[in-house]
Amino acid sequence: MKLEDKKRVLREMVLHRRFEERCYQAYIERKIGGFLHLYPGQEACCNGVMEAARPGHDYVITGYRDHVHAIKCGADPKEVMAELYGKETGSSKGRGGSMHIFDVSKRFMGGYALVGGPFPLAAGMAKAIQLKGGDEIAICFLGDAANNQGVFHETLNMAALWKLPVLFVCENNLYGIGTAIERSTAIVHQHKRVCAYGIEAAECDGQDVEKVYAAARVAVDHVRHGKGPYFLELMTYRYRGHSMSDSRGYRSREEEEMWKQRDPIFILRDRLIAEGALTMAEFEAIEKETDAYIENEVIKFAEESPEPRVEDLEKYVFADRETQRPWLTGKAA
Amino acid sequence: MANIMYWEAIQRAHDEEMARDPLVICMGEDIGVAGGTYKATKGLYEKYGPLRVIDTPISEGGFTGLGIGASFLGVRPIIEIMSVNFAWLAMDQMFNSAAKVRYMSGGQLTAPCVFRSAGGAAHQLGAQHSARMEKVFMGIAGLRVVTPSNPKQAYGLLKSAIRCDDPVFINEHELMYNMKGEVPDGEYFHPLEGSEIARSGTDVTLFGYNISVHWCLKAAEILDKQYGISAEVVDLYCLSPLDRAGIKASVSKTHRAVIAEEDEAPVGVGSEVIAIINEECFFELDAAPVRVHSAMVPQPYNHTLEKAAIPDHEDVVKAVLKLFGKA
Ligand SMILES: Cc1ncc(C[n+]2csc(CCOP(=O)(O)OP(=O)(O)O)c2C)c(N)n1
Ligand SMILES: [Mg+2]
Repeated sequence: MKLEDKKRVLREMVLHRRFEERCYQAYIERKIGGFLHLYPGQEACCNGVMEAARPGHDYVITGYRDHVHAIKCGADPKEVMAELYGKETGSSKGRGGSMHIFDVSKRFMGGYALVGGPFPLAAGMAKAIQLKGGDEIAICFLGDAANNQGVFHETLNMAALWKLPVLFVCENNLYGIGTAIERSTAIVHQHKRVCAYGIEAAECDGQDVEKVYAAARVAVDHVRHGKGPYFLELMTYRYRGHSMSDSRGYRSREEEEMWKQRDPIFILRDRLIAEGALTMAEFEAIEKETDAYIENEVIKFAEESPEPRVEDLEKYVFADRETQRPWLTGKAA
Repeated sequence: MANIMYWEAIQRAHDEEMARDPLVICMGEDIGVAGGTYKATKGLYEKYGPLRVIDTPISEGGFTGLGIGASFLGVRPIIEIMSVNFAWLAMDQMFNSAAKVRYMSGGQLTAPCVFRSAGGAAHQLGAQHSARMEKVFMGIAGLRVVTPSNPKQAYGLLKSAIRCDDPVFINEHELMYNMKGEVPDGEYFHPLEGSEIARSGTDVTLFGYNISVHWCLKAAEILDKQYGISAEVVDLYCLSPLDRAGIKASVSKTHRAVIAEEDEAPVGVGSEVIAIINEECFFELDAAPVRVHSAMVPQPYNHTLEKAAIPDHEDVVKAVLKLFGKA
């Protein structure tokens, strides 16, 4: 990665971290409701992959831990926060919530709550790309435990069979809610599960964004050049509980501490400092600016935005009637 | 009588049945080491071990089918599906295998499984975590469907479901696990069929099930105190088969009916109860029966919209007043 890109990515990862921490606080203050799944610890995964891909051009889809993926694709953090506040200005107009961030204008095709659901949707988007002849690719970010859904295997088979331009990124954080991967899955290293389909696969350290970037370059090039699907496994860790109601009784504080020693932000920060490209004071200034931006713009926007109107409860269930009239009434003009 | 929570009642039923019969097992996501999302299997892993208290992968179709297959050979699995929203993935096995195998084998084979799942809309969980799906389960031949409205039923229905040779789906509610209620100290088997008069009255019958029984009870209280209307509340804890005789008896007494359901109206409990009223006691009616139900929308995340989409006791009161021409 080029130096200026590294510095920009560091700044972005700080934003991603602070955004999520601020969500935590807002949840405690009951500004955010429902289920909230946070991303701290895993930032290098999304950032490394999307640096190698083309955000806003490639189609991205993921699960419920979706805020950072949306922002990285170009969604406005203000609109993402407004969504979490349930406001009309939110990225899904307050209808979706934390697990269902969408920004189709940025080709962020959404967060979905059912584990494994996005696998075939990603392959379907890849099928559309193939039909339409574009140079985009579809990227599916999901967790390790999702691979235990049957649809994982069904999708891999079709993607390989039809050589679809889809990249599966498995963020292996070693847990599915409170169940450790060894207790749910016959093989810990997920990339080994896909070779039976003849799909190219690799495993990579998910804490070092430069390593992720390098591995993702290979993966993205493979997919974009028509060589079929690719499966990239990133070994990572989520610092917080699965969602807000998780006291993390299933893992030790020592294990958490060990992973925090390999914090993706600190790895990049320390490398830049060692290279003489950054000082600690500059880093601290980035954190301060980020916090100020989140408070003065992101939170302010979410707080001040209006709620959806109750009269609009049934809006978005179906397409606007007027536009569909010929097909709804059988009276084509 | 012990005053315990809904989840404790479910836990107790598991525990007693597992202690009695080594072929009773339970399985599901995070039910073992973690003790269950709603604590319904708390302590069982420690007591009965990993062979009988099984933490499954996130493979609803797979583990549900596996449980059904085990039941073919006499195992009695209690299969927990974390949320009804995820049950779609298990429905193929539940409906195509468990519900039909007795019939299509001419009575040779049966699938004595219990499926338990948390249904209902909780708080702001969004469209993919708030489905109410009783309407889907209750339309399947060969599957029994019950839905406890209190800890006593939660305990007694699970006990009976485990013993019953038919597959039984138990629809619980995310918001009710911490509700307290009296449960008999001794062993108790709640009937898997029938209905229960939760409050007796003379002027109108309020039909509810699961959480909506509580809306009806609250509404009955208000109707009595503020409007002098005596409402009978019938708890339809069994959704399949629905209690035709119980529905007929109550409507024949009160001559008016309101059905309160948390589900959307089409193809639901309300439409079914009204059809039964038409078939059983149409000429007893003094007014057309009314449904109180959710809006026909995927559940919105926004709090205000969510409240607007789901009915409560006030909507039941309003419906009754309208029925009496008082609103
Ligand atoms: C079909 C389905 N089953 C169960 C759940 C409940 N659930 C939500 S997240 C999750 C764990 C998923 O773990 P993983 O795929 O590793 O992703 P992570 O949360 O670790 O990022 C489970 C079991 C669900 N949302 N959907
Ligand atoms: Mg995981």
